[in-house]
Amino acid sequence: MSFFGTIWDGVGEMFDAIFNGDWSKENQIGATVRGWCGENETLADWINAGISLATLAAIASLSAMVLVYFERKVSGHMQRRLGPMRTGPHGIFQTLADGIKLFFKEGFRPKSADFFTYYLAPFIPMMGSFMILAVIPFDQHLQVANPELGIIYVAAVAGLAGFGLIIGAWGSNNKYSLLSGMRSGAQMISYEVSLLLAILLIVLVSGHTNLQEIIKTQEGGIFNWWIFKLPVLGLISFVFFIITTNAELNRTPFDLSEAESELGAGFHTEYSGICFSMFFLAEYVNMLIAASLATTLFLGGWHAPHPGLDYPGLGWLWFGAKTSCIIFLYFWFRWTFPRLRIDQMMDFEWRFLLPASMVSLLLAGVFMSMGWYIGD
Amino acid sequence: MTEVDKHGSRPQNLGAFEREPEKQDEEKPKQGMIARYCSLIFGGTKSLLTGMKVTIFTFLNPKSTVTQQYPENKDTLEMKERFRGQVIMPHNEDGEHNCTACTLCEKACPNGSINVLPTKNIAGKKILGKYIYRLDTCTICALCVEACPFDAIRMGQDFELATLNKDSLELVLNKKEGRWKS
Repeated sequence: MSFFGTIWDGVGEMFDAIFNGDWSKENQIGATVRGWCGENETLADWINAGISLATLAAIASLSAMVLVYFERKVSGHMQRRLGPMRTGPHGIFQTLADGIKLFFKEGFRPKSADFFTYYLAPFIPMMGSFMILAVIPFDQHLQVANPELGIIYVAAVAGLAGFGLIIGAWGSNNKYSLLSGMRSGAQMISYEVSLLLAILLIVLVSGHTNLQEIIKTQEGGIFNWWIFKLPVLGLISFVFFIITTNAELNRTPFDLSEAESELGAGFHTEYSGICFSMFFLAEYVNMLIAASLATTLFLGGWHAPHPGLDYPGLGWLWFGAKTSCIIFLYFWFRWTFPRLRIDQMMDFEWRFLLPASMVSLLLAGVFMSMGWYIGD
Repeated sequence: MTEVDKHGSRPQNLGAFEREPEKQDEEKPKQGMIARYCSLIFGGTKSLLTGMKVTIFTFLNPKSTVTQQYPENKDTLEMKERFRGQVIMPHNEDGEHNCTACTLCEKACPNGSINVLPTKNIAGKKILGKYIYRLDTCTICALCVEACPFDAIRMGQDFELATLNKDSLELVLNKKEGRWKS
């Protein structure tokens, strides 16, 4: 049999495993690759790692493109406009065209910018996004890595995004960029406290830091998701989580780091071409990640709203649907709320959000010890 | 319903923008610190939800979109009444207009775009000879229309005014040597 014949057979076998395999036990793609390699487990691991990385890259770039398109459409319709309409039917190729334009645009570096930090900065947020994307549980067996301290890992790596903004702002030697970087640094550090308290609440009530285990504690229908399982408190901490992730993502009403009317374009004033698009891509991938985390922690991850609707291998559809709803919520917030002033933002965090999340954490402890749960 | 609302340029649901008249400080009942804190939070949440209601309303009603796809819909283009194009002088069926050649519009024009050249009719009465309007220097400010006491000129709806010949921008608005229609 020819070389291409073998490849073709392999593709057929893979498709068969994906569509007919038993997804309830293990990842069928990984299992098929291990089956091909037989005893050579190192080779199987390398091939699986390659497949996972390629998938992550595809998810990152495709989701960013789709999200940018939908953001523009949603914002248009919320403001009584149409959004992009010219590039393809209803403008569906708009982000592709923008991406191609950005790719071929001249990368321009200011003379006085620091070479190393200036070119390092765009890659740090992107790297952070990839590292978090690797532990997002899209389905029971659709996860690149499943570390035991999954949520702690996510919280640790999430700080990288702010770091990238700050050194990019510092390296580009621009007053506006620097102000923006300082603002975003202050903002991210402040809101990370409340974000971690909201995460900690879920860790406390579920008793796990592993993302898959957190999802497994929410099995059995919509009222077993943590948002409803803890009466009222779950909803409140979900709202806190959404607010704080909104601030972490630097989106309106917390988009002080790229306040167009005050700071030019904020930290990416001096960036152009592919470096700018790196920041842009990371921003949207981070939004996907934040929505996925909200889904994982509060909305039952890949579980269906009713236990009868759970099919092994199709959990990623539920996951995607829930994540899309959260992302729409972010869009909705962005195109409704006006931007906060910096002191209002700090006030809100330190005088309201932080005490409130601490109180909710305490209450969660009380709820847990008294056994005040809805559902099983 | 106000004049602006009728043409659909603003959201019909103005809930977010309507404000109750603020009370004077003396009239406000004295609140404790906790009550003020709570009212701040709940009032803020309520106002945010009101804003979200407005945006989701416009999002779920694509008919409320005001954008028009201009070059494609040239035939069905819907113009708003308050749109200001070039200055026009409406004529009735007999070719008569309202202009008395009083030159108030000429004085009102900041750019000198209008020249009213009066003439005399057979009875020796002052009538409009030529109403010269220079579109090239006009800024479509509508001060002439506001100055006109006889409603003789208006802002038209025509906006496709590009031309290759600069001389064609000097227009004579009246069709014939006019007299004030009786």
